[in-house]
Amino acid sequence: MKVSLKWLKDYVDIKVPLKELAERLTMAGLEVKGMEALGGNWENIVVGEVIAVNPHPNADRLRLASVDLGGQQVTVVCGAPNISVGQKVPFAHLGSRLVDGHTGEVVTLQPVRIRGIVSEGMVCSEKELGISDSHEGIMVLPHEAGTGMALNEYLGDVILDVDITPNRVDCLSVMGVSREIAALTGQLLNLPEICYEETEASIDSFVSVDIADPDLCPRYCASLVKGVSMAPSPDWLQQRLSSYGMRPINNVVDVTNYVMLEYGQPLHAFDYNKLKGRQIIVRRARDAETITTLDGVERTLNQDILVIADKKRAVAIAGIMGGLDTEVTEETDAILLESANFNQAAIRRGCGYLQLRSEASIRFDKGLSSNLPLLPVERATQLMLELAGGRAAEGIIDVYPGKGESKPILLSAEEVRRLSGLEVSVEQMIGVLKLLGFECQDTSSPSQISVLAPYWRGDVKCGAELVEEVVRMIGYDKIPITRLSSPLPSQEPTLMLDFRQKLRDILTSYGFQEVLTYSLTSLEKLQKLSPELELEIRPLNVANPMTIEQEYLRTSLRASLLSTLSQNQKMEEAGIRLFEIGKIFLPRGKELPREKEMLCAVLSGSRAELSWHGDKEPLDFFDAKGVVEKLLNQLGLKAVFEDSDDGSLFPGREASVIIEDDKVGVLGDLHPKVAQAFDLGAAVCLIEIDVEKLLDKAAEIRRYQPICRFPSVTRDIALVVNEGIAYQKIKEIVQSFPLVREVTLFDLYTGEQIPEGKKSFAVRVVYQSPDCTLTDEEVNQTQEEMLDRLRRELGATLRG
Amino acid sequence: MLEQLQELHVQALDELSRISEPDELELWRVRYLGRKSGVTQVLRSLATLPLEERRKVGARANEVKSALESRLIEKKRIVEEVHLISALEQKRLDVTLPGRPVSTGRSHPITQTLGEICDIFKSMGFQVFEGPDVEWDYYNFEALNIPRYHPARDMFATLWIDSEMEGRLLRTHTSPMQIRIMEKTRPPIRVIIPGRVYRYEATDATHESMFYQVEGLAVDENITLADLKGTLFEFCRRLLGQERRVRFRCDYFPFVEPGVEVAIDCLACNGGGCRLCGYTGWIEILGAGMVHPDVLRKLDIDPEVHSGFAFGLGVERIPMLRYGIEDIRLFYSNDLRFLKQF
Repeated sequence: MKVSLKWLKDYVDIKVPLKELAERLTMAGLEVKGMEALGGNWENIVVGEVIAVNPHPNADRLRLASVDLGGQQVTVVCGAPNISVGQKVPFAHLGSRLVDGHTGEVVTLQPVRIRGIVSEGMVCSEKELGISDSHEGIMVLPHEAGTGMALNEYLGDVILDVDITPNRVDCLSVMGVSREIAALTGQLLNLPEICYEETEASIDSFVSVDIADPDLCPRYCASLVKGVSMAPSPDWLQQRLSSYGMRPINNVVDVTNYVMLEYGQPLHAFDYNKLKGRQIIVRRARDAETITTLDGVERTLNQDILVIADKKRAVAIAGIMGGLDTEVTEETDAILLESANFNQAAIRRGCGYLQLRSEASIRFDKGLSSNLPLLPVERATQLMLELAGGRAAEGIIDVYPGKGESKPILLSAEEVRRLSGLEVSVEQMIGVLKLLGFECQDTSSPSQISVLAPYWRGDVKCGAELVEEVVRMIGYDKIPITRLSSPLPSQEPTLMLDFRQKLRDILTSYGFQEVLTYSLTSLEKLQKLSPELELEIRPLNVANPMTIEQEYLRTSLRASLLSTLSQNQKMEEAGIRLFEIGKIFLPRGKELPREKEMLCAVLSGSRAELSWHGDKEPLDFFDAKGVVEKLLNQLGLKAVFEDSDDGSLFPGREASVIIEDDKVGVLGDLHPKVAQAFDLGAAVCLIEIDVEKLLDKAAEIRRYQPICRFPSVTRDIALVVNEGIAYQKIKEIVQSFPLVREVTLFDLYTGEQIPEGKKSFAVRVVYQSPDCTLTDEEVNQTQEEMLDRLRRELGATLRG
Repeated sequence: MLEQLQELHVQALDELSRISEPDELELWRVRYLGRKSGVTQVLRSLATLPLEERRKVGARANEVKSALESRLIEKKRIVEEVHLISALEQKRLDVTLPGRPVSTGRSHPITQTLGEICDIFKSMGFQVFEGPDVEWDYYNFEALNIPRYHPARDMFATLWIDSEMEGRLLRTHTSPMQIRIMEKTRPPIRVIIPGRVYRYEATDATHESMFYQVEGLAVDENITLADLKGTLFEFCRRLLGQERRVRFRCDYFPFVEPGVEVAIDCLACNGGGCRLCGYTGWIEILGAGMVHPDVLRKLDIDPEVHSGFAFGLGVERIPMLRYGIEDIRLFYSNDLRFLKQF
């Protein structure tokens, strides 16, 4: 909320420097986010009175003005058409900093000779002072401005931008902020004196108020003023509304706004003569009832919305906005002034339904006190009489069905210490609470007091809230610094967290860069993963997405990873390896979705960075497979790889990763159509692993293998088989012999010397026994049997 | 015989002086000191000589042999030295050529930061938990003292799965985990919860629709605001440097009372005031406070006996401050030119 310092000073003496004031407010919970000095640059500018205007001897359109600065007279050359004798004007001495009327830049006023006459300074336009864009003539100040006074003193102000937290609706007002300042600086609050004459008949003879739904309207106050003269507000009032950022309208409406800013209580002025039937009814709207609000929009209401109605129709949406029909206009003669209290939730509901908020509603929807309305309606009546004239009806209507008692709260110094660690005495507590307007009474216990919150502090309802009041008054900077001394709770293992970190460490050590992508994505992107098919899982969507790019909760990490790859391919020439470990969201009807931890990695481009060392080969399927094999190996796991048919991958160049008969993931080249859909240039390999399954497998107990004391025997064999035989088949047969410790494929060959339709595997077999040194005969015999089985089962022959 | 030895000696030394390659030295050794060399033959033939001459020739032959041997060792040392020098010279590399590239990957800067944050709190006895990103209104708002139509809902622009009525939403903060933890665990509790949170918010340089928070919660007897201050001050200084000034001020969150905002002096201007800190000199990094008694009561924890503190830390802020990153959107746009810097 923007608050004028000058305005604050009406209610509280501010003796501390501004910077310190801002700091104290901030520390106490009212954060001063900014301070804007209005007229901060007005040094050397004073109020002058024009005492003579003479023609310029050498120029028709210029004149010479004599200006009295209070004890000193100066003559300036002036081109402004509106200058005349008797005006109070801002006068800038040489050296003043002014806005250039034409360029808009800030310049220092230099002595200048205009058509032969030296000007001893300058009278200024609003634009030159930086007040507005008006540059048609000089700025004319109100007559009460004292001649010779510094302009800063007369017009200058500082606007504080104070962030008001939702619990402190009392501080959405100048009075509220003043009250805080008074309490924090130990000053008294000066309340405006309210006193006016009531010269009309009793208000009851003009209007009656009936609250049909007292649960939504605990209180309704109203006053009536007849015979007002509608006019623009005086400058001081306009300035104050502007300081908050409000546009002045007319004297009556401005008064309601002024008093709202002053007390925080929204008011509404009805044109009394436009109300039908001399009756105000506060009731729920009827379904589909319509009203055209002050902003000219016709709105359809429902039964949850409270309206102010007369005998015939709704004339205002309670607490949100007035109706156009009963608006105060230039012709208005009599004003019915409303100051009421409405249920906070009802106002919020109404604003939500209507998608409409106003200065009134942002106060009501935070829960104003029902004790508040009376004083502001009197204050506004008084100001209206002063500024618009007229005659006030006798008395104020005050219908107050929701009157309640506030409950005292018990507070002890021990409670303050228990929660805050701050040692305070009962006297200290009472002292600060009283400054804030709390009433404190002794109880039977000397260490405990009974505290009653002032009506404007509806937010303080329990001991902890009182503790905060005490502590923030004493100062959060006074809270001691201690360390947790309570016993350490027992700690559980954090398996998933640790496992994810392990996967991250492993993958980064292989050269993969981790990325983090949005959980929300678009249906279009997810659909790109299976261009041919309907999406297997209908993803959960957000009802109110910010953009269509972020509408659906991802059911796969693939889409965002491939998009990320695509974007980076445009920038990066070298090979790219990316991975993400994150959640996917699988819908479960109306329940919360299942959030599943997945790992996805993509590889694309050249295997090695461009360098003079060579290796310009592109990353391929076997790089991806190598990564998975090594990763599993580091986790102590072994997998088999089988053909798979994943819709996003290249048929025949993809494999399921299977551990203990359970599919834990998939890897392969990307399907060309998917690659095209994601606008991917180079070939891409993808790995996807179910992290939760992998954790389960990896959590099993691992045993170490004793190091064999006996020597091993190594034999290389070259086998020729039909093209269609998978290596896995050969490996399985070789490994089925107990003496075989290790089998490694070290060459795969087709071409010359190998018949058409055949291929040759060169395999190194390591034989070893845990119990003895193997003899040649033993090895030969095993190998014979092995070759025999390979021949019988796979048709493998030894390469000649 | 003596002349023969003398001749051999001279010839051998002469030849040796002309040798420059290590291989030739071996040939020389075979020729002059080997089994078939002149000296060996002389020594072998000694038996045939008369005693007097045998002694003279024998002594002389041994003299020559050992002289040649010691010259050989000396020569060998020189030749090898010369040879090494030339070999070293030949094997000279252009050391300015680039090395063979090592593929390196890095974890995301946010992951790195989360790791650092968690490590600090772990060392203070906090256990790490995680919770769901999609939450019920009850956990995200209701149980945290923010019922429907509460004005504080304005502080959390929410992405709803269905509608506010049905209650599924993307959590707007990690605080719902306070409730889930307290439902399952009795004090003493000391946990932190890192995770993603979401807001219905237009993105710009300082706002993201998704970001990370780390929630903290400690509940036991005798936990005070002073403990919170001590914990968070230590955390801030360990994470951001001992010289950081930390500010603890009153703030409002419906589920804590008293409420606190923690700010550190701006890293860019050292508290002098700049664009980054909005000319205040301070940068807010944490919201915190004492768990509201109403929240405890709802979870059957007696607020007269137990007290607790809670805090919520925005994670992106930390690397932004540290590295001078001016646009939060860089984190999740995953440009490698950005990510590779961390």
